[in-house]
Order: sequence, then C-alpha cells, then structure tokens
Amino acid sequence: MDITKLTALELAGKIRSGEISVAEAVRAQLDVIAEKEKDYHCYITILEEEALERAGEVQEGIRTGRYTSPLAGVPVAVKDNICMKGIKTTCGSKILENFRPPYDATAMEKLYEAGMVVVGKTNMDEFAMGSTTETSYFGATRNPRDISRVPGGSSGGSAAAVAAGEALLALGSDTGGSIRQPSAFCGVVGIKPTYGTVSRYGLIAYASSLDQIGVIGKNVADSAAMLSVISGSDARDSTSVGQKEYHYMEALGKDISGMRIGIPRGYFGGGLSEEVKSEVLSAAQMFREKGAVVEEFDLEAVDYAVPAYYVIACAEASSNLSRYDGVKYGFRAKDYEGLEEMYRLSRGEGFGQEAKRRMMIGAFVLSSGFYDAYYNKALKVKTVIKREFDRAFLKYDLILGPTTPTTALKLGESLPDPLKMYLGDIYTVSVNLAGLPAISLPCGQAKNGLPIALQLIGKPFGEKQIIRAAYSFERGWAD
Amino acid sequence: MKDYEVVIGLEVHVELATKTKIFCGCSTEFGGAANTHCCPVCMGMPGTLPVLNKRVVEFAIAAGLAMGCEITGNAKFDRKNYFYPDLPKAYQISQLYLPICRNGGIEIETETGKKWIGIEEIHMEEDAGKLVHDPLNDLTLVDYNRCGVPLIEIVSAPDMRFAEEVIAYLKKLRLILKYLGVSDCKMQEGSLRADINLSVRETGAEEFGTRTEMKNMSSFKAIARAVAGERKRQIDVLLSGGRIVQETRRWDESENKSISMRTKEDAHDYRYFPEPDLVPLEITEEWIKEIKAREPELRDAKMARYEREFGIPAYDAAIITGAKKMADIFEETVVLSGKPKEVSNWMMVETMRLLKETETDAEELLLEPGKLAALIALIEEGKINRTVAKEVFEQIFKKNIDPGIYVKENGLLMVQDDSLLKEAIVRVLEANAQSVEDFRGGKDRAFGFLVGQTMKEMKGKANPGKVNELLREALEIK
Repeated sequence: MDITKLTALELAGKIRSGEISVAEAVRAQLDVIAEKEKDYHCYITILEEEALERAGEVQEGIRTGRYTSPLAGVPVAVKDNICMKGIKTTCGSKILENFRPPYDATAMEKLYEAGMVVVGKTNMDEFAMGSTTETSYFGATRNPRDISRVPGGSSGGSAAAVAAGEALLALGSDTGGSIRQPSAFCGVVGIKPTYGTVSRYGLIAYASSLDQIGVIGKNVADSAAMLSVISGSDARDSTSVGQKEYHYMEALGKDISGMRIGIPRGYFGGGLSEEVKSEVLSAAQMFREKGAVVEEFDLEAVDYAVPAYYVIACAEASSNLSRYDGVKYGFRAKDYEGLEEMYRLSRGEGFGQEAKRRMMIGAFVLSSGFYDAYYNKALKVKTVIKREFDRAFLKYDLILGPTTPTTALKLGESLPDPLKMYLGDIYTVSVNLAGLPAISLPCGQAKNGLPIALQLIGKPFGEKQIIRAAYSFERGWAD
Repeated sequence: MKDYEVVIGLEVHVELATKTKIFCGCSTEFGGAANTHCCPVCMGMPGTLPVLNKRVVEFAIAAGLAMGCEITGNAKFDRKNYFYPDLPKAYQISQLYLPICRNGGIEIETETGKKWIGIEEIHMEEDAGKLVHDPLNDLTLVDYNRCGVPLIEIVSAPDMRFAEEVIAYLKKLRLILKYLGVSDCKMQEGSLRADINLSVRETGAEEFGTRTEMKNMSSFKAIARAVAGERKRQIDVLLSGGRIVQETRRWDESENKSISMRTKEDAHDYRYFPEPDLVPLEITEEWIKEIKAREPELRDAKMARYEREFGIPAYDAAIITGAKKMADIFEETVVLSGKPKEVSNWMMVETMRLLKETETDAEELLLEPGKLAALIALIEEGKINRTVAKEVFEQIFKKNIDPGIYVKENGLLMVQDDSLLKEAIVRVLEANAQSVEDFRGGKDRAFGFLVGQTMKEMKGKANPGKVNELLREALEIK
C-alpha cells in the first residue's frame, strides 16, 4: 500500500478496520523517509526503532479500546523544538545538539494519548529563528516542490515532510508565521491556533508571548483532527486558556453562506507578487460564489507589525536563550580560562549567526535607556494592532489575505539580506501579535509550478470558523 | 570638625515558609543532599514553564497588610536578566514595575524613642541556587536546592540614622513576619538577609550623599559593626577630600571592614521586562479580606489577651510577646500546667536572666514547654522548693535535662520527714544561741537568719513552710 496516497484520516480508518496494521503503516512511512530523505532532509532525528516498538503498543491499545481517537495509529512528525522524553531535542542548534529532555511536552503526551506514533523530529531554523530552515545547524531542508528552493521556515522540516509524503501529519510551532509560511511554500495546510489553545509546556521558547504549537497536514480535515488532539488547557502553562470543547472536526461542513469575510486593502499593496495577488483575489471570488459576503476594508497599523514583532520577539529571545550557557547541559566549549570565557566561548561557538543577531537586537532594545523607545513602544503597537483586529471582527467573521508576498525563494537567497527576509513576514506576524488563530491553505499555482496560499484569520478561539471556511474552499477548489 | 549624619535604607530578603517552591512543586526544606529538591522547572530546563504558588502571594499580601502597605491589584512579574551559574535560566523572576505591596511602614522603638520607618515596596521573587567550592578537586559545583524558594524583598525608605535603628527595624520586621507565620526568619540559615544602603551627609544637609550597598548581612552583630565601619570609612574619605563612589561592597567580618565588589560603571544592566510566561495577578478585595481574616493573633492582640485572660501585667506581657518564640513557649506551658502566672514568672525572671547571661537572642530560645511544666508541677506538689527549682531550671535552659530525673538523681527532692527537720532545728538553735536571744528580744530579722541556717542544715531540701512552722514552734517552746 502506498501510504503517501492516503490522508491521515483514511489511514486511521484502514487501521481501525484491520486492513493495515499500525506496524505496516509505520514501516511504510519509514520506507518513504528512507527513500526521500537524502533529497529533502526533512528530519534531524529519525526514530525508526522507537516508532516500530511503539507501533506494537498502539496496535494493542486500539484492540483493547484504549486508543479511540480518529488518528490512532497514524505516524506523525514533530518539530525539533518540542520536547520528547529521552530523545534528542536540538532546536536546530549546535548548542542543544545532544540535549535529551527528561520530560515530554504536553502536546507530546496528547499525541501519545491519541495513539499516534512519532517517526522523527523535523528540521527547523535554529531556535525557530528564520523563514527558510537554512539557519539550522544540521543543514537546510529543500522544498519538495522544487529542490532548488527553500521550504520556508522555521517549521520547514515539518512542512516539507508532509509535502514529500515523509509524514502524514506534523507538529510545528508558529511565532511569527513559522507554520503558515512554510505550509504556503510547500503547498500544504498549516494551522496556528489562538494563543493559549495548545499548551506551551515543553515547547522550547523562542518568544514566549507569541509562540504557539500548531499542525501541518495534507488537507484541512487531517489538520483539524490533529488540532483537536493537541488542544486543551494545561495547569503547567499559566498562559493556556481553557475552552468548552475542541471538536474542530464538527466544523468540517461546506456551507459558508452568509459568512462575512473582510479583506484588508493594505495587504495588496507593494511587495506582493502579481501572481499571488491574482490567485488570492480569485479565491476571494470563490468565497463570494459560495455565498459569503466578502468586502475590502482598512486594517490600520499593520505597517508597524513587522518592526514591532522583531523588537518583541528578539527581546524575549535574548532572555529565553540566555540559559544556554554551557553550565548545565548542551554544548560547552573545550578550552577556556575561567567562568566568563567559558560563557563567551560556549555561546559564541554554540549559536549560529541568526540566533546571535536576534539576541543582540533583543538585549539592545531592553537595555537601560532604550527600553521605552523600543520595547515599550513595540508593546503599544501590539496593543493597537490587537484593537484594530478586534474592531474588524465586529464586522467580519474572518479576514482573508495572502500568507506570503511571494512563492518559495531560492536557497541561499534570503540570509544575506535579513531585513528583506523579515519583510516577508508581513502577513503573518500581526496574527501572532494579536494572538489570533489563522490557517494557511493552497489556493493556486504560480507559472513555475510553485504553490500559492491564502490565509484566513479568525477571532480569538474562532478556530471552527476558519476551519469551516478553509474546508469549504478546499472542497470547492478540489472539485 | 564637620558633623556627619548617616542615612540608611535596607533591602531585606526573607524566605517564605511555604512547603513548596514559588513556581514548582519541589520542597523548600533547608538542607538535604545537593540537587535533590529540584525538578526541570526550577532547574530552568528548556521548554519548562513557571506556575505561581498561590500561597506565596497570600504570604506576601499578609506581610504587606501587617506593614500597612497598599496591595497592588494587578501586580505582575518581571524578568531580571543576568548570567551566573546559580541562576539556571539566566534570569530571575522578580517584580519591578508592579510589585505586590507599596507605601507602608512600621514603627520602631529605640532608647531615644519611637520612630516611623517607611516601607517603599515589597516584591516577590525566586531565590537562586548556591555555589559550592570543592577545594580538593579545585572545582566549583552548583546546588540548585534553594533555587526557586520563594522570597519577598522588603525595601525600606532611607529613614534610619543609627545602627540601633537598623537593628530595631530588623527585629520588628522579624517579629511581624514570625507572628504572621510567613517566615522562620533564621539569619544563620539565610532565610533573612539584609542589604544595607548607606550614605553620609553633613548634619543639616538636605541632599543625600552618594550611597554604597553592602550585601547579604546575616547577623545583627555584623550589621551593627558594618554600619559603624562603613560610616567611618565614608566620613574618612570625605574628610580627606575624597569622593564616595557608588558601588556594591562586601562586609568582611574577619577584617572588620567593607571591601569593594563592583562599582556603578560595571554594574549589571538587568534588562528587566514583563515575564511573558505568567499572567498578571488578579487580587480582589474579597481575597484580601480572606487573607486578613486568616491572619493569626498578632502581638498587640496577644498582649491584651494575656492581661485579660491570665491577669498578667502589661509590662510582663510586653516582654513575653517581644519574641514570638517566648510567646509560643509561654502559651504551650500554660496549656500544660494551667498556671499562667507561675509560667510568666519563670519567663520574666529566670529566662530573661539566663538569656542575658548567655547572650542568647530570645527568638533562639530553646526551652521545652513540657519540661518547664514538669518543673512547675514538682514545685506545686511540694517535691522541691524554689531554691532547688531555680537550679533545675538553669539545667533545663542550658542542658535540656529532664527535671523529674534530674532531681531524683541529684537527691534534690524535699525531705518530707518532720523528725529529720526537728532534729536539724535543735542543732541550729543550739549553735545559734545569740540569735535565739535576739529573736526573743523582739528582733524579727533573727528569725529569718535561723530559717536560713535551718535550710542550710537541710542542704536546701526542706519545705520552707514547714521550716517556718516548726522553727516558730520550737522557739516558743523554748
């Protein structure tokens, strides 16, 4: 059976009916990985033995009725910044090259409870800092749609794995677009839930006030199913927010008539490629045809989203990444004289350029005398952006726009000009600043065959609405 | 010569007496093998998150209320960033922008009278671990047991002018915190640590001088010496035409002087910012009322109750409640013995005398209520007299002996046999014919002398009442 042809929900159905065993499914997935990994390099660690061993357990659990989730038995990939007990969790960094956490992230525990099988830890930009997966210490991942191009980032390994058939589903994390942007570049579906929906316990922090774990899948239904599995309030994460229920699959209906969709005019200005623009606008037309009310409006302050995002994210990162000092775990430089030099050499040799750049920016914007001019100002912008979205949602159920201004970039093209790379986050970062849910899904193709994606932004905890609209669009597009 | 005035403000760190740490479920118990009271959260492992211990907030609020502070309804936490191996996250979760309590103060009393010392703020934070040097292998190791133990930092206004005021302030803080039960305030275990901010200025000057900070003072004696030493150093610098440098200094007890640690120029920039892993607190009026309602009996209430319930004079009640430890021992002994006045006497006279003699702080008093109650029972039952009792008490105080066993083993039980006493009286009267004469001549003092002689003859083991009675009988017969 060629499992790359199946969706995760289809595979789970076949496992439940006994048509295929969990071990066979996992074996088949591992075979695809073995065949394609040399071309794409989606994974940092492949968990062959562990996955096969776990497959037996899951099979037994499905038989005894312990695992009843609609995804029980499905092999899954996990971004390498999500802690998995006893397994190397590197964050794509030399400084954590051999770090094995003695605990599982809450999201991992939820995957286990659902009877899912982790086949590997996926590649990522170092500490989730980057939009290309090129800043990984373990080498770049290639875009399965065109191996001369980047898969996007920072969850590039996860998105590429799903696009290449090296995983049916994957966990990613999104701080400023790190799930949605690579999903767009690789032509798959990515959901970044509302801040507080998925526990951050065990997610190695980049920017704590913006980080959220989310899912990447082949289609909307698989992604919604997986989001239901990992969502929920958690006593170990004070910023998690409990909801009554997380039955996102209930939203998988086609009917969106009467849904009010707003399109921010500012999203279609300079910097947006013509091809992306025309595909997203024709998508908007399709929503109209399905009975939605679609209109343009002005979303103020979004121009300030990128600078505000980089100030806040870098500030938090400079603090979050200070713990990697060579004292307790992770990389420590070999030759040093005294404590200070140990710190300097360990951090100097352990971190890559982009991580260092962001920590330097962060330390600067928080330093005495500059705090008000940068960090405090950025927090104010964040508040204004949140208010602007709140106001828009008085009128609209969701907001539609492009996920990225362009299609996937060439390898090696972005890093020499980081400012240009940062500006590519224009459509994604404001969503994190406002803590909103958003989904990215394919809506067309460029002439060169690269996928183009649209983004649907929802109200706080409005996951069901964006899932319903995305599902409806996906069906319309597929038909 | 110019006259100088010292200006002192204190930052006092107090470890709170919660069972578990501020952001995880690990034990706060002092001691324990290195790195046994820690978990991924207090070790700051990647991906872990803090969860605030509600008790910490309640203790901080209770302390703030007892010190007349305003409670910040939307208090929140901030990160203080700096690198040091005892700080595993490389930042301390503390409070800068919205501390839990603000604008309070307490009244202190010294020989010169009463004085109000302002408290600018109280904030909550986590303690760091401890570096341990291994001289054998020339290694520095880290013990993270203390990491994440909850602290409050109490920041005073620069209202103190003398070492006596500093000590009185610290003792008052300690008394309040101990009565509240929010901290054991053991300086030698580091659960109360004081940083001293000190400057000098010409008497009458309006402006403050440049201050220095002396870190982690951990005994009252050291504090008194540090204040005197630093005062002198600063005045000497000024008199010789120099300038005071704003810096952090360490008080060296053995050298009896302060030593510069770091100046303002190389001071840390802590890059404080709001802690994104914790949400702002929501402290409601109801919660504050609840905390207030749960407040244990504080000193003033105790003093009033001692007077009312036990008939103890106000002065005595003040002495006994002057240390939480004294009050605890008093109350427990009263429960066991049912003799409040008797217990009070032992506290007021012998306990105070021995504390002074052994230079012991009343809060460090070791006196088992059960043993004092047993001693009182021995007196009440007429088994020992008061002279013996004082000796036994001293042994309890100093060596924690068991009074029942002690009096038996040392043959201190009172002689109950009247014939032995009568024989002794006969001997005493024979040997002191002059005194007998004097007594008969109307000199009452002679009777006292004869009682004393009889007690001596009985080696102190006679019942004084009996001695009186039989001696008077014998004298009348004669």
